[in-house]
Amino acid sequence: MTAPLLSAKGLKIAFGGVKAADGIDLDIAPGEFVAIIGPNGAGKTTFINMTTGYLRPQAGHIHFDGAEITGLPPRSIVRRGIARSFQIPQLFTEHTVIENVALKVAAHGRFWRGLRPLLDAETATTAMRLLEQFGLADVATARATELNEGTRKLTDIAMAMALKPRVLLMDEPTSGVASSEKFGIMDTLVAALRAEGVTAVFVEHDMEVVERYADRVAVWSQGKILAAGPPATVLADPAVLREVIGVETKHAHA
Amino acid sequence: MDRRLALPAFAGAALVIALAASAPWLKFVFTIALAKGLAVTGILLLLRAGQVSFGHALYIAVGAYTVAFTRPHVGEMLLLLPLAAAAGTIVGLAVGLFVARYRDIFFGMLNLAFSMVFYSLLEKLYEYTKGTDGIRVARPTIAGMALERVDYEWTMLIGGIALALALGWLASRFLASPLGQALPAIKTRETRLEFAGISAKRVLLVAYVISAALAGLGGGIIACTTLHVTPLLSYWTHSGELVFIAILGGGGSVLGPYLGAIVYELVRVYAAAAFPDGWQMILGAVLLLIILFAARGLWGIYEDLVLRKGRRA
Repeated sequence: MTAPLLSAKGLKIAFGGVKAADGIDLDIAPGEFVAIIGPNGAGKTTFINMTTGYLRPQAGHIHFDGAEITGLPPRSIVRRGIARSFQIPQLFTEHTVIENVALKVAAHGRFWRGLRPLLDAETATTAMRLLEQFGLADVATARATELNEGTRKLTDIAMAMALKPRVLLMDEPTSGVASSEKFGIMDTLVAALRAEGVTAVFVEHDMEVVERYADRVAVWSQGKILAAGPPATVLADPAVLREVIGVETKHAHA
Repeated sequence: MDRRLALPAFAGAALVIALAASAPWLKFVFTIALAKGLAVTGILLLLRAGQVSFGHALYIAVGAYTVAFTRPHVGEMLLLLPLAAAAGTIVGLAVGLFVARYRDIFFGMLNLAFSMVFYSLLEKLYEYTKGTDGIRVARPTIAGMALERVDYEWTMLIGGIALALALGWLASRFLASPLGQALPAIKTRETRLEFAGISAKRVLLVAYVISAALAGLGGGIIACTTLHVTPLLSYWTHSGELVFIAILGGGGSVLGPYLGAIVYELVRVYAAAAFPDGWQMILGAVLLLIILFAARGLWGIYEDLVLRKGRRA
């Protein structure tokens, strides 16, 4: 395996008595598309929160591109090239879709410089290109509050992509989305990520999505990585089926 | 400023001049209103970020007392007003570094606290400030000319209008820029801003310092117009007045503060003349009606009536 782009070693964090991470080792290679699965409350989102600086691990180290980023604030981690999207889309609700994305485009570039309008020709073009890539061009001028959940999810991810990240961490990109839409959303998403050469980690509950899109899957259970490997192998593992998929199937039908 | 703003801005300026020509005492009222409009523009920037300051009279007082303190040494208005704005900027930066870390009620109350501390200092440090007696300000020269009263008042009014137009244009540019557009993002999703690599504190600090500079400049104009400054300038009711005007005028446009300030001063003057004991009640009733029936303020009413394509709130 080539040198990992993102590497977690011995990550530990506990909330009260609950060990969300209890010695997590996870390496992500450049260009990989890795799914993290596991029961609810296992600590999957906590991994994203620690990697993006929202939470500081109580022990362990996170390296990005060879440099330690453990405990840095979200702002400096973002500037190094790690972006994230959210399970519940975090949109700027007073802005339109294109303004949401344009704010991120500007944040990555000329934010503090000058009084040119947010949607000047250059930023508007960049934002529009992203919206087209994500199939959002039709809703560019819609307010963020007027969108359905699938469109909100894609907007949320397009906003993260506007920061031109090298690694994108996605928290359940298809949760809350109608099942008829989920493959369409994932196709769009994966095509965009591949086109930009972005390495991605996504937390996912839907095994169909994991099987179809992940290069590799890591199973997170009780603060540990229970298994990791290609989806076909991991999802056939009886221990995984018992620990995770059983719970997941119940969850999916709830 | 786009054409939808330029037309009402210049029409409004012409109307102000016409009215001031018809009733001599209105020059004074309008100049004060424009000065307050400057300060309210700063309040509007903070309101965009969802933050209400109940202490911006502090910066009006800082600007006004800067003029009062330096007037014995500096006789020129074109120097006094930049000094007032600079003093507002410096104090705004010092206070802003602290208050920009807080939100909502804490932001509002901390601003209130700072303004009241300054009020007490102005009142107690009699040796320097002459306490509640205040300080008289000799009429400064304007561009080297020592003007008689009527000419002076006209120059102040026209200058005030020119400043309002220029700074209104700048404010609308600022609000459309990425930095200005990040203000409502502080209100709706501050953490997302952080995850874009942008410090929300710094965004709010920039808006805060601009608002302090505008209020400082407004205070300087007030001192040069009333030619007398007292600690009351910093009193909390005057901070409340700025917020009142912001809501009255409406936050949807950079012209809202000036529209609000002019209507406010006119209502205040006429109501005070007609009902010496009850004018606050009239102002209160006006504010209630605005909040209940026209949440986007007078500018919102104008948009609905004239432009007919105002955004729905």
